[in-house]
Amino acid sequence: MSAVEHRFGPYGGQYVPETLMPALSELEAAWVQARADAAFSGELDKLLRDYVGRPSPLYRARRLSEAAGHTIYLKREDLNHTGAHKINNALGQALLARRMGKPRIIAETGAGQHGVATATACALLDLECVVYMGTEDMRRQKPNVERMGLLGARVEPVEAGARTLKEAVSAAIRDWVTNVESTHYIIGSCVGPAPYPAMVRDLQRVIGDEAREQMLAEAGRLPARVIACVGGGSNSIGMFIPFVDDPGVELVGVEAAGEGLETGRHGAPLTAAGVPGVLHGAFSAIMQDEDGQILEAHSISAGLDYPGSGPEHAWLRDSGRARYVAVGDDEALRAFAVTARLEGIIPALESAHALAWALSTGHGELDLICLSGRGDKDLAEALSRLDPR
Amino acid sequence: MNGGERIAEAFASARADGRRAALMPYLMGGFPDLEASREVGLAYADAGADLVELGVPFSDPLADGPVIHAAAVSALRGGARFDGVLGAARAIARRVPVVLMCYSNLIYVRGIDRFADALVAAGLSGVIVPDLPVDEAAEILEACDQRGLALVPLVAPTTPADRLARIGAQARGFLYTVSLTGTTGERAAVDGELPQVIARAAAVTDVPVAVGFGIGTPDQAAAAAAAGADGVIVGTRLVRAAAEAQDPAGAVRDLVRDFAAALR
Ligand SMILES: Cc1ncc(COP(=O)(O)O)c(C=O)c1O
Repeated sequence: MSAVEHRFGPYGGQYVPETLMPALSELEAAWVQARADAAFSGELDKLLRDYVGRPSPLYRARRLSEAAGHTIYLKREDLNHTGAHKINNALGQALLARRMGKPRIIAETGAGQHGVATATACALLDLECVVYMGTEDMRRQKPNVERMGLLGARVEPVEAGARTLKEAVSAAIRDWVTNVESTHYIIGSCVGPAPYPAMVRDLQRVIGDEAREQMLAEAGRLPARVIACVGGGSNSIGMFIPFVDDPGVELVGVEAAGEGLETGRHGAPLTAAGVPGVLHGAFSAIMQDEDGQILEAHSISAGLDYPGSGPEHAWLRDSGRARYVAVGDDEALRAFAVTARLEGIIPALESAHALAWALSTGHGELDLICLSGRGDKDLAEALSRLDPR
Repeated sequence: MNGGERIAEAFASARADGRRAALMPYLMGGFPDLEASREVGLAYADAGADLVELGVPFSDPLADGPVIHAAAVSALRGGARFDGVLGAARAIARRVPVVLMCYSNLIYVRGIDRFADALVAAGLSGVIVPDLPVDEAAEILEACDQRGLALVPLVAPTTPADRLARIGAQARGFLYTVSLTGTTGERAAVDGELPQVIARAAAVTDVPVAVGFGIGTPDQAAAAAAAGADGVIVGTRLVRAAAEAQDPAGAVRDLVRDFAAALR
């Protein structure tokens, strides 16, 4: 049994070229050592507090609650420095890279939030930073491309395939295969080969740890449902894990139904529950055709536009501990607009999927929703798609 | 003769002929189209290939550089599917031993036994899975061993000694030794460390050591042989030729002849 989980039930593993295997072992060893080192966690905790602004608030959304017909609490990851939960992971991994003596960082990004978070951490720690991003995502998340440039990162446009997140991850992995001696790959979600899914989860569980404590303090009870959007699954896994052993708490992951599950144009591999397979180094729920070719995902939200999912989610689904649902582009857009109007909060389109699901279901429940990020990056895309009324 | 034996014989007869190394050209199945890829494979056999490595197009080939990636995308756009590629493989395998290069998802989606049975039925001799490190290979290795198919593992310049020994002990057919730290593609020169990389590989295994990635000219092939390789794999250069030529089979035939001559 290794110190870091490689498998979650049948899911996970390390399906990568041999060239990377030593780097994965080195990373795992460094992570095991770092997380046991009080100096490392002390530095990370201090930065999370003074630089990121943690703990992020828990906010009782009164007007959204009225609209939904039940009480909704929001975990405000949108208030983190750089505007999303991604910084929790990026900062932790950047500190680890520095500790490992790797001067060069690569990352992939879809919505641009992970790219911005990584570029930020690299600026802070004086590390070279290259971010792979599909050109379609560069178009729809333009402000984040500009931010990364300002922060000193080089954004590498990726033209392959649908020019979105899947191809950006592939391009980053190919860079890593080539530059593995000097480079650490900061993957942006709980996907990829071991030790990434477990390490990213451990770095994101601060969301759920804080939220659980805050709920008990504020509401005097645990939520009936914990709800989070699922792209690769990092904000959701971070939110879920501290509640896994609370039997009364339902865990709900909300994927992107895109144009509708039945159209095949979606980003909901866990909900669609097809044949599992290998994508980007892990065996998990993926979107593929009968021949085994990976399908392109479709979502209005660049961060959910991904045909894979974290292996631990696939296992939480199969074991029945969490359930996964999907919300389409139009419903997400509506929740985006409604949340702005009712709460004065512009959510990320990713987070809007979780909000949409909570708004449409479950009267009489007490919901805790992860508001994983803010929506400034989405303004142009959302406004162009929203009904002008 | 089973697949593993056929591979062993191909290396042995190259050696018996007094050649410096066996020549194993690579092609992408279904590229430029299925029929043309079959002809490319047969042209390889005509021009002196000892074995042929046949790639199955996959949507997300993590070990491949831009040329082979683009060929895979193009093959898939052209409608190439696994069964069609195996059809081409069957024709080529009548002439020379064929080793399939196939990403792991294409195996799991079919189920390991069904996959292995299909390879045997098509007359294939072995399979290389570029995203299946030995740590994940137990089930597939067992299925291949039961059928006499060679599961050919890869080693890289980054592979440390303890892993190398494990991989060498599990190698069937040959040990695919990646000449460089990186993805497939042409390079200006072979890595200066290549003799050491090959010697390290040869020391841990009983099967021949074949060198691939970054071998794009006859001189580089000769250099790999001089560095101690029992076999030389040429990929991107030939895929590029097939992409650029009006007559892919004719173009690769000439090139493979040059590579074969360099190994004589
Ligand atoms: C704000 C926000 N939420 C959610 C996601 C989805 O990622 P994950 O499922 O890893 O949390 C992203 C990804 O870019 C994001 O930017």
